[in-house]
Amino acid sequence: MRIRLYPHKNDRNQSSQNQKNPRHLKNHHNPRNPTIPGIPQSPESQESLKYQVANMSRITRKTWLELCNKPPVILDGAWGSLLQQRGLPAGTAPEAWNLTHSGEVRNAARAYVQAGSQIILTNTFGGNQIALGRHGLADKTTAINRTGAELSRQAAGTDALVLGSIGPTGAMLMMGEISAEQMGDAFAGQADALKEGGADGLVIETMSDLEEAVLATRAAAAIGLPVVSSMVFDSGPQNHHTMMGVTPAQAAVALEDAGAWAVGANCGLGPDVFLPLCHAFRAATKLPLWMKPNAGLPEIEDGKTVYRMTAGEFAGLVRPLWEQGGVVFVGGCCGTDPSFIQALKANPPA
Amino acid sequence: MEEILNNLARCIEFGKTDKASAWPPDMKEQDGADEIALRALEEGHPPDRILEALITGMEAVGRKFSENKIFVPQMLMSAKAMKAAMAHLKPAFESGTARRKGTFVIGTVQGDLHDIGKNIVAMYIEGNGYEVVDLGVDVKPEQFLAEIGKRPGCVVGMSALLTTTMINMKRTVEVIRDAYPDQVICVGGAPVTEKFCRDINADFYSPGPQGAVTFLNKLAS
Repeated sequence: MRIRLYPHKNDRNQSSQNQKNPRHLKNHHNPRNPTIPGIPQSPESQESLKYQVANMSRITRKTWLELCNKPPVILDGAWGSLLQQRGLPAGTAPEAWNLTHSGEVRNAARAYVQAGSQIILTNTFGGNQIALGRHGLADKTTAINRTGAELSRQAAGTDALVLGSIGPTGAMLMMGEISAEQMGDAFAGQADALKEGGADGLVIETMSDLEEAVLATRAAAAIGLPVVSSMVFDSGPQNHHTMMGVTPAQAAVALEDAGAWAVGANCGLGPDVFLPLCHAFRAATKLPLWMKPNAGLPEIEDGKTVYRMTAGEFAGLVRPLWEQGGVVFVGGCCGTDPSFIQALKANPPA
Repeated sequence: MEEILNNLARCIEFGKTDKASAWPPDMKEQDGADEIALRALEEGHPPDRILEALITGMEAVGRKFSENKIFVPQMLMSAKAMKAAMAHLKPAFESGTARRKGTFVIGTVQGDLHDIGKNIVAMYIEGNGYEVVDLGVDVKPEQFLAEIGKRPGCVVGMSALLTTTMINMKRTVEVIRDAYPDQVICVGGAPVTEKFCRDINADFYSPGPQGAVTFLNKLAS
């Protein structure tokens, strides 16, 4: 297995700072190895670190449950907008930057770790072979995902867990654009590469079609890492359906059955409308819930997209999700940035 | 409407494409839009009347979609059934024995490769009796211009899924307006709003495909 998990040399100063202030997550990685050195000083220590970190990077059911018993677990926020601030041109595949601008991607990941994310994702949302194929990048699928996981792993060090992001293919099963087998293979290939790159788990996110979400969840669960499955609810009465008409209850039951360790919702709308979604999920499953709302709805100002919701407002609206909605994992989607994660972190349960 | 045309409208409404199709479950083994449209033609029903029946079915779909009674999958199955029936009518359109209501040129805006929303709108508008020219994804302003030049009187529709690419609609509208100041332009896509439509000087926005059809029908009448 190819795992390079020691912090990148550019991150040394940050890593040593964080080492002085270890976050509580540290012990969840490997209870037998509570102190993991932050920076390799010599070839020998690099070797020993590789081994320790490689061990650390695999979550067991037990450590996962320990984590779930301490809500809220703070996730990350949007990535695409951070990369655009760093120069990613609109319309290009952000995932391509894993190979061409790895420092920028690692810095975006690092920004979330420093903001207090206990779990960060990877820059691989559109990284399945079908979606990358639209950008002519299908042959780079493995490298993009493996590197994406490595970059987040390097940024996370011992401060955060890394869940590899898997988004939809953009092709529709029911229209016969793609077969279930092709789709399952695409997700399996992505999941394998993310695991190879050192992901601690996987997140299936922003799904509208339940069959696609189930195929992705099965493929991800088959490789033996924790899997979170999340869909986008923005249609129908009270926005309680996905675009394809799936309800939270249908999603919870089918995704749990497909092997998800946690289920939930991301994107679509702002945190103000997520509480009823949480209740609907809670009524259908006992699995831990995962919620990543947008920073409200976007507006256009001077040709730029702006989200008017502030980090403080966001944190205030997210709080009831774990206080009343039984949610474990909270973070942000479109329109959020590290300042939103700081605000979530600064607003711990009473 | 004659029984056979009623049946055809029902096939469209419930998304029954052909006999082999398993959808919808309660119409299994029955003839679908494909078989019934062909038979209606063979029995001598005028293509215009057949098209009318198809549109009646599609209108029912649009109504149910607006009322949140059905979702995108059902709408797509109806569009698929519509397409199967329209294939039989194609010769009639080409010879002029049947007329489409107008032409709609659609594409996903430059820089954006997402096409699910655009495809849904294209199928739905086609299903409502319009000729649809689908320019695909990542469509440059010049491609829209060239198509408009070839099809006087057409209506243009453009789509974007990303907040980052919908900005490109602004420039596309400008380029089109420079050459064709009166060109009717519709915009849509997840991040697009009524206000954005006004800001970029486009003519029409609708959150769903039914609104676009209502707008086109108004223009065509």
